[in-house]
Amino acid sequence: HLATSLPLPSERDHLRPRIDLVVFMIDIKSKYSLKNVETSLAYVDASYFLGKVCFLVTGVGRKNDCSIETNSVCKLGEAYCSPVLFCELELEGVRVATAQRLVRMLGICAGQIPGVSALSFVSLMRKSNDD
Amino acid sequence: MDETVAEYIRRTVLKIPRDEIKMMLQNWGFLSEAQLQTLNFHQIKDNISQEVVQLCEENSADIKQAAALDIIYNHIYQNKRMWSVYQMKKSGEELEYFDITDFKKKFKRRLRSALKNVTITFKEYEDNAIWIRVAWGTPHKKPNQYKPSYVVYHSQTPYVFISSSVLKSTLPLLCQALIVASNYHDIREMELRSHSLNSLKDIVFKRYSQNFQTDTPKPLQGGNVEPENADIRIVEENKSEKERIHRLNQEVFGSGPQPKLEFAQYRLETMFKSDPKMDVLDKKEPFRCLVKFSSPHLLESLKSLAPAGMADAPLSPLLTCIPHKARNYFKIREKKSLYPESFVSP
Repeated sequence: HLATSLPLPSERDHLRPRIDLVVFMIDIKSKYSLKNVETSLAYVDASYFLGKVCFLVTGVGRKNDCSIETNSVCKLGEAYCSPVLFCELELEGVRVATAQRLVRMLGICAGQIPGVSALSFVSLMRKSNDD
Repeated sequence: MDETVAEYIRRTVLKIPRDEIKMMLQNWGFLSEAQLQTLNFHQIKDNISQEVVQLCEENSADIKQAAALDIIYNHIYQNKRMWSVYQMKKSGEELEYFDITDFKKKFKRRLRSALKNVTITFKEYEDNAIWIRVAWGTPHKKPNQYKPSYVVYHSQTPYVFISSSVLKSTLPLLCQALIVASNYHDIREMELRSHSLNSLKDIVFKRYSQNFQTDTPKPLQGGNVEPENADIRIVEENKSEKERIHRLNQEVFGSGPQPKLEFAQYRLETMFKSDPKMDVLDKKEPFRCLVKFSSPHLLESLKSLAPAGMADAPLSPLLTCIPHKARNYFKIREKKSLYPESFVSP
């Protein structure tokens, strides 16, 4: 399901299946995109931040057009305990690989992989020098 | 043949892309078909132009013919020049029959009475456009052929498109000659400028598609509407919002291509409004600021802002009024009334 921002329109509530993974796409060329994501985060239930949220930064192939610092996005990821992925949609190889990664994550979040749950992502997020 | 004429012809030919030279010379019609056959268009342009000059020498070309070639070049490459739009006003309602010979005579007479050394060339085109080229001199110097003014006048309309010479002092003379020749009594410059002459014509002649609904809006190639082959597994949550934006865009911009403008400029003479606690710019003077929007195709990019998610729809009327108001230069002043909002000056 694609949405431009949160909250989702309520008139479609009855048509929506269970949401297993929320991917926030941030276009590195657009400050507006980061702002939009920051505002939308407020509408996500806290339980999702146990591995069911991820940030996807796109447009990283064009170094000269960056409007957002990668540092700010990484800090956002840390604040919300969620992984940050970087990708360039215009490169087919990277696009396909990222899509496969997301599908794998989705499978885990949906509980389709026995023995692994979304909580595993949270433990992987912790930095080694935190302990 | 005068060597200044020879040099001018040589330089004009050099400007033309090599593949177009033959076509333009044929269009010009000054060299015979037999003479054109002798030209080798596959050599470097320097040599081609030298050969052309030699042929012109044989035909004893004078500045009139050279100027005619220049008009042809500028008509085809009209978008290399910056054009301004002027509107003429008649004193009464009389619709006089337009006589082209009379117009040319009066125009030449008016200019020459003010300035002896001018080169004036006319060329009429099928779309009722009269092209005028004026090269300016001084009482003591021959006209400078390299800094001419170009005027495009559609006789059935009160509009004149001028690409002025860099010699600024020539503009008032040019305007005067135009109103005298066309039997108008006044001329004013509109705040509308662009490189695309056709787009300026589209705007003032209202030839672009405006916002009245046509029977079926055709889907645009730019991708403003959802592509039909989108995967059915993709669900758009904000479909109704996207459709609202699309509908608003159609209402404001129409469904056809937009006239091509390169910029919009807003000169602000408004008071700076800040939080009183911030104590910034306490002076009661207007805060002077110039906002300029530039784009290879300004109106198309404005049209695609909301669908691309880069701006909220509807866009500010200051941006969307550009074609309707036929202007892309604005002055915004404080409204002197009870409600301190800014307004656009006429």
